[in-house]
Amino acid sequence: MDKRINDLRQVIEKILPDVDGVIALRTGPGGIVAPYLFSKERPDELAKLALWPKEPVPDTLKIILRAHPEAKLAIVCRGCEERGIVEMFKHAQLNLDNVTLVGLQCEQAEVESCHCFKPFTVHARLTIGQPLEGLRDPLMAKVAAMSQPEKLAFWKEEFSHCIKCYGCRNICPQCFCNICTLEDEKWVETGRLPMPNPSMYHMIRAMHMTAKCVGCHECEETCPAGIPMAVQFRLIARDVREMFNYEPGAVMDQKPPQLLVLEEGEYERTGLPH
Amino acid sequence: MIEYKNVLTTCPYCGTGCALHLQVMDEKLVGVLPAKKHVVSEGGLCIKGWNAHAFVNHADRLTKPLIRKNGKLEEATWDEALTLIAQKLGEIKTQSGPDSVAILSSAKCTNEENYLLQKFARAVIGTNNVDHCARL
Repeated sequence: MDKRINDLRQVIEKILPDVDGVIALRTGPGGIVAPYLFSKERPDELAKLALWPKEPVPDTLKIILRAHPEAKLAIVCRGCEERGIVEMFKHAQLNLDNVTLVGLQCEQAEVESCHCFKPFTVHARLTIGQPLEGLRDPLMAKVAAMSQPEKLAFWKEEFSHCIKCYGCRNICPQCFCNICTLEDEKWVETGRLPMPNPSMYHMIRAMHMTAKCVGCHECEETCPAGIPMAVQFRLIARDVREMFNYEPGAVMDQKPPQLLVLEEGEYERTGLPH
Repeated sequence: MIEYKNVLTTCPYCGTGCALHLQVMDEKLVGVLPAKKHVVSEGGLCIKGWNAHAFVNHADRLTKPLIRKNGKLEEATWDEALTLIAQKLGEIKTQSGPDSVAILSSAKCTNEENYLLQKFARAVIGTNNVDHCARL
């Protein structure tokens, strides 16, 4: 029996009486795992507590807090999920006043499966498991070493497989705009497959993930075409760190670069919707 | 009490059989999550699956049958609607023969429902004109 799951169950049992619910994963029919809100009214459900595969739980927290802004919640989160929650907080998507983070440190096999650069939490006071060192996605170095025409050819080939399911946008904890450029006919033509290449859809997503992508790899995992898009987000993240000394989700009170203004003063609105 | 759960189901849009979770917040359907490790869809969905929840509570969804009376669609009971359909299909069959009727089934139905519909076409109406929406 996995020691982590027993430890986690004990921690949740301890927290449960003091909160309105604990967000964690539950095994459902056919052994398929999904996010769930465990509550003190149904403690037996904890028998179905699950750890893997990970799920986009920051979004679950957002959904519950939207319905119950005053709820006192706890959430079991891995390093990437914690970063996702912190970035959502910085972008005013959720309020963390009444939220307890329970950090779940990833195991070696999980780290390898995600090529995760930082498989541990840094903010959660309660943690389960030992923090392990991160890895670099081998594809990152490969793409970084390519010449510009090689890079263009590589991404054109990858993006040509896109079926425009919008899954990468839908599952992303950092894609939360009410009006989405990707649904604007000016930029992304509807009813056209394959997309024009190089694809505006993927270019816009890459731009919008700048200083936001927390490296959770949910986009790659849900992509029916297997596009390694997290690699481009990680390469952009490397540049953002060099230019702005900013790492998404790492420091709670450091403002993201896109929320900074260069100097104080009035800024003229362009009149464009976004 | 706050309730959030995911209900595992099969995408209703085509015959592939992708699995998806319907996200339910306090008994209200709020979204779709793909089902990782599912043998068919392996955590992926197409754009239809990602929006499979959208029609459930959509304002444009018909919840009552409508019958056109004097050029205008008016709400009716299921009994009225089914009686009218049976009567009209009966008339067409008698006047123009069973092959003047075609039955269009749906990939959104179960196998069993589709079986029943072709049985209705062949045994009740008496035609082999059976097709389905997924061939459009």
